[in-house]
Amino acid sequence: MTQVLKDLGDYIAAALPNDVLSTEVTRVGELNVVARAASIVKVLTFLRDDSGCLFKQLVDVCGVDYPGREDRFDVVYHLLSLKHNQRVRVKVATDEETPVPSVVGVFNSAGWFERETWDMYGVIFSDHPDLRRILTDYGFEGHPLRKDFPLTGHVELRYDDEQKRCVYEPVKLVQDFRSFDFLSPWEGQGLLPGDEKAEGSH
Amino acid sequence: MAESQIKSYNINFGPQHPAAHGVLRLILEMSGEVVDRADPHIGLLHRGTEKLIEHKIYAQATPYFDRLDYVGTMNQEHAFVMAAEKLLGVEVPLRGQYIRVLYCEMGRILNHLLNVCSFVFDVGGMTPMLWGFEEREKLMEFYERACGARLHANYFRVGGVAQDLPAGLLEDIDAWCDQFPKVVDDIETLVTENRIFKQRTVDIGIVNAEQALDWGFTGPNLRASGIAWDLRKAQPYEVYDRMDFDIPVGKTGDCYDRYLVRVVEMRESVKIMKQCIREMPTGPVKTEDRKVSPPPRADMKKSMEALIHHFKLFTEGFRVPEGEVYAAVEAPKGEFAVYLVADGTNKPYRCKIRPPGYVHLQALDMMSKGHMLADVVANIGSIDIVFGEIDR
Repeated sequence: MTQVLKDLGDYIAAALPNDVLSTEVTRVGELNVVARAASIVKVLTFLRDDSGCLFKQLVDVCGVDYPGREDRFDVVYHLLSLKHNQRVRVKVATDEETPVPSVVGVFNSAGWFERETWDMYGVIFSDHPDLRRILTDYGFEGHPLRKDFPLTGHVELRYDDEQKRCVYEPVKLVQDFRSFDFLSPWEGQGLLPGDEKAEGSH
Repeated sequence: MAESQIKSYNINFGPQHPAAHGVLRLILEMSGEVVDRADPHIGLLHRGTEKLIEHKIYAQATPYFDRLDYVGTMNQEHAFVMAAEKLLGVEVPLRGQYIRVLYCEMGRILNHLLNVCSFVFDVGGMTPMLWGFEEREKLMEFYERACGARLHANYFRVGGVAQDLPAGLLEDIDAWCDQFPKVVDDIETLVTENRIFKQRTVDIGIVNAEQALDWGFTGPNLRASGIAWDLRKAQPYEVYDRMDFDIPVGKTGDCYDRYLVRVVEMRESVKIMKQCIREMPTGPVKTEDRKVSPPPRADMKKSMEALIHHFKLFTEGFRVPEGEVYAAVEAPKGEFAVYLVADGTNKPYRCKIRPPGYVHLQALDMMSKGHMLADVVANIGSIDIVFGEIDR
């Protein structure tokens, strides 16, 4: 199975030398294709129509946030070929400003997935027919799945009996938000709390 | 008489509407009684599941999966634990796999019962609802006996299931399996050849094979469009490759076919359950790898090592080595999958949930265009949506 996927990866890379940056088979036996963001439409069209691929179904599109990177977002496409009974994962990288071409023209199922990625991460998709927020509230601000978005959010909603309507207010926590980190401090976690004092004493 | 101009207008369908199957706000642009455009507004039940999972250790994530599609809960836990198991390289003991398959099929029947019955209810038949819920109640009792909860099971663990089945449960499930096909027969005598039901569903919301693929349909909805594709057969997980069952396939892909496919699937699920009970081996139900699954309580009284393992697992949790995986299961509604990105710590870096209902609801516009307002209700009922998983 792994060999088949490897061959498929090489085949894709050979067919689209300028659009595919790299292919690899992960240790759990899945094919990863890293593509250039600007040519995602071309790559997915090829994967859909080429007789050696026939990935007729786009099952998932999602974002992943790596704030440390220059292109902080990955947009991940999962495709399924019913004919060859195989899956492939296509990844492109982008940042907050650079739009990724929308693939709604290739797969209709991408529509809501791209809306969700825009909503959750703020990745812009160019040429999307209807790029609105989808899961968050009307008038929501921010992109909640970004790593720098707090778990508690920024605003909370309540019904105000005096104004007779719902009002948004900044989140007020009766107790500070506690982030439990149970990672063992003995296993190379890096700087421990208090280490900075030792630095200063040198 | 001058021909009067019919003005198009909008209808707000939901969020509080019994046929909306939850909190669906549907904006319908109508011209007369014909739907021009259906624009579902979702997210009213959005709870930020994916964000919450990123802040919890792996073992704390499974309860969230019960709360997605709260109709067939264990199937979704299955996708998550499978994703973590793939990254960890953990093997599930055979008995654990059989129990998982048994309970996943039970979840499928739970789901299809609710969907078929409420679908019939939406288009005017009340009785199946009452009969179906009686059976659901019995099934939820089996859930309860295995894990203590009727709905939110939290029964699957990374490496197996939480605990072994109590004595006598398998015999009771077996007895239930014997009488259940009779209930399906009863429901079918009322519905399948019913003139009113057929008027409401035949040739309504037709999705052909090409459209089904393009719109990302999976599960019964895809099979109703004539494509024989089932992950249990095509990419078997657990012990599905040992199971003997058939995949029902529809012909036209209309609402009626989607109903028929689900009814047949219930019968097939009973077959799988009976086979599981017949072949259920003895042995452990979860992996003996103490770095992943906690030791039995008795060991902790005697062994220091077991005590340390227990402490570490319930404070720090286990660490999942770096990597990414896409684990899909054939949930009752279609392909339910988890795309898990692990960064080597005890919490998932990213856990994308791929809900089948989300994709199906997206196609509602395509399915309803040109149909009457009442057919929108039939379409919603037939694609089987539950808002817990769509909104996450």
